[in-house]
Amino acid sequence: MDIFDTFLNAEVMRRTFPMLLQGLWITLQLGAASIVAGLVLGLGLSMLRLYGPAPVRFLTRVYIDIFRSIPLLVLLIIVYYALPFVGLRLSPFVSAMTALTLVSGAYTAEIFRAGIEAIPKGQFEASAALGLSGRQTMADVILPQAVKIVIPPLTNNSINVVKDTALASVVAMPDLLKQATQAQALAANPTPLIVAAAIYVAFLWPLVALVSRMERRFAARRR
Amino acid sequence: MSGFVSIRNLRKSYGQFEALKGIDLDVAKGEVVCIIGPSGSGKSTLIRCINRLESFSQGSEIRVDGIPVITGRALAKVRAEVGMVFQSFNLFPHLTVRENVMLAPRRVRGTSRAEAAAQADRLLARVGIASQADKYPEHLSGGQQQRVAIARALAMEPQVMLFDEPTSALDPEMVGEVLDVMRDLARTGVTMIVVTHEMGFASQVADRVIFMDGGQIVEQGPPSQVLSNPQETRTRNFLGAVLNH
Repeated sequence: MDIFDTFLNAEVMRRTFPMLLQGLWITLQLGAASIVAGLVLGLGLSMLRLYGPAPVRFLTRVYIDIFRSIPLLVLLIIVYYALPFVGLRLSPFVSAMTALTLVSGAYTAEIFRAGIEAIPKGQFEASAALGLSGRQTMADVILPQAVKIVIPPLTNNSINVVKDTALASVVAMPDLLKQATQAQALAANPTPLIVAAAIYVAFLWPLVALVSRMERRFAARRR
Repeated sequence: MSGFVSIRNLRKSYGQFEALKGIDLDVAKGEVVCIIGPSGSGKSTLIRCINRLESFSQGSEIRVDGIPVITGRALAKVRAEVGMVFQSFNLFPHLTVRENVMLAPRRVRGTSRAEAAAQADRLLARVGIASQADKYPEHLSGGQQQRVAIARALAMEPQVMLFDEPTSALDPEMVGEVLDVMRDLARTGVTMIVVTHEMGFASQVADRVIFMDGGQIVEQGPPSQVLSNPQETRTRNFLGAVLNH
C-alpha cells in the first residue's frame, strides 16, 4: 500500500473537502467571536485591575489567575456538561465561545495591563495637568500608545484562541477537527485529518510570521 | 489679602521624610516668581502640589483663584486654569505637534476642530515653531519640544503657568530659545511660578525670587535682594556654590 494512497488519497480528499470547508467556517466563526469577546472582556478587566477600588482589584486578580491556571478543556467540559445540572444548558457553540472568551479575557487583561504600565508616568501627569479626565486620558493618550506595544502579544493570543477552538470538537461542535474525524470514519482513510492539519497551518502560519516580523521591528525601534 | 495662588501651611511627607514643612505663599495675578534651591529642597514638590499632581497632608490648603485644590470635580477645573511645563516635556508621542496643542481644548473645552487648529497654529507661531506643526515630537530637538509643551499648556488659556525646571533636560545651546519664550510670556502678564537653576533668568525676569531649602522657604524678595544681597547664610552658601564655578 502506497503511503500517498493512505495519507493523501486524492479521491478521499475530493469527496470530503466540502465537509472540511463547513468545519473551517465554524472554526473561523468561533475563533473570531471568541477573540473579539476576549478583547472586550480583557480591556474591561485590565481597567478594573489597574484602577478599580482595592477589593475589585483583588477580585480581578483572582479571576485572572484562576482562568490562566485552569486547563481550557476542563473549563469547556464544565461549561457544557456541568452547567446543565444547574439549569444552564448552552449550545456547543456558545459553550465553546464562553470557555474560550473567559480564558482569552484573562490573558488579554494581563497583556493590556503590561502595555498600559509601559507608558511613562509623565504621559499621565501631562494629561492630568491639562485637565483631561481619567477616561479621556485613557482614550486619547494612553491606549493609543499602549495598543502599539500590545499588538504582537495580542496577535499571539489570537493564534492560541484559534488553535484552541479545536477543543470544541469534544462537545460535539462540528468544527474543522470534528468534521475531519467524521470524514475519516466515513472514508475509512486518514487523509481528511492531514488536510485539516494543513488548513490550520495555512491559516495560522502567516499570523505567526507576522508576529515575528512585528517583534523584530519593535526591537529595532527600541534600540 | 490672599493672592491669586494662595498656599497655607502646606505639608507633605513621604513616609518619615517631610518634604514640605509648612509653606505659606501668595502669588499675585501677573506676578513672576522664581523658586531656587538645592535638589531635594522641595521646590518641585511645591509646584506639583499647586495642581495636585502630588497629594498633600490634611490641614494644608491651596487655592487658585479662590477655588480650593482638592480631589473631586473641582480639580479638573483648577487644572484647566493652571498650565504646567515639565522638565522632560512629556509631549504625546503618537500625536503631531499641532495635535498635541489641540487635544486639551478639543476634549476639555469642546472647541471645534477648525478653531482648535487655528489656535494651535497661532500658539506655535508665537513660540517660533509654526513650520514644524505636522511633525511628530520625536523629530524635534529638545528645545523645540519644550516650546511645543509651552504652546500646549497655553492652549488652555491658563491663569497660571507652572514651570518645573523647564531647561534642566536641555542641551546648553537650546536653553536660550526656551528662556526667550518664557521671557516673552512674562511680559504679556501671565502669572508664572518657575522652578529653575537659571540664575540669569531669575534675576532678569522674576518679580520675586524664593530660596527654598529643607522643605521650607528660607528667604524671599526681589531678585536684586535675594540674589545679590542675600541675608541668610544658607542662601549665601547655595548661591556661592552655584555661581562660582
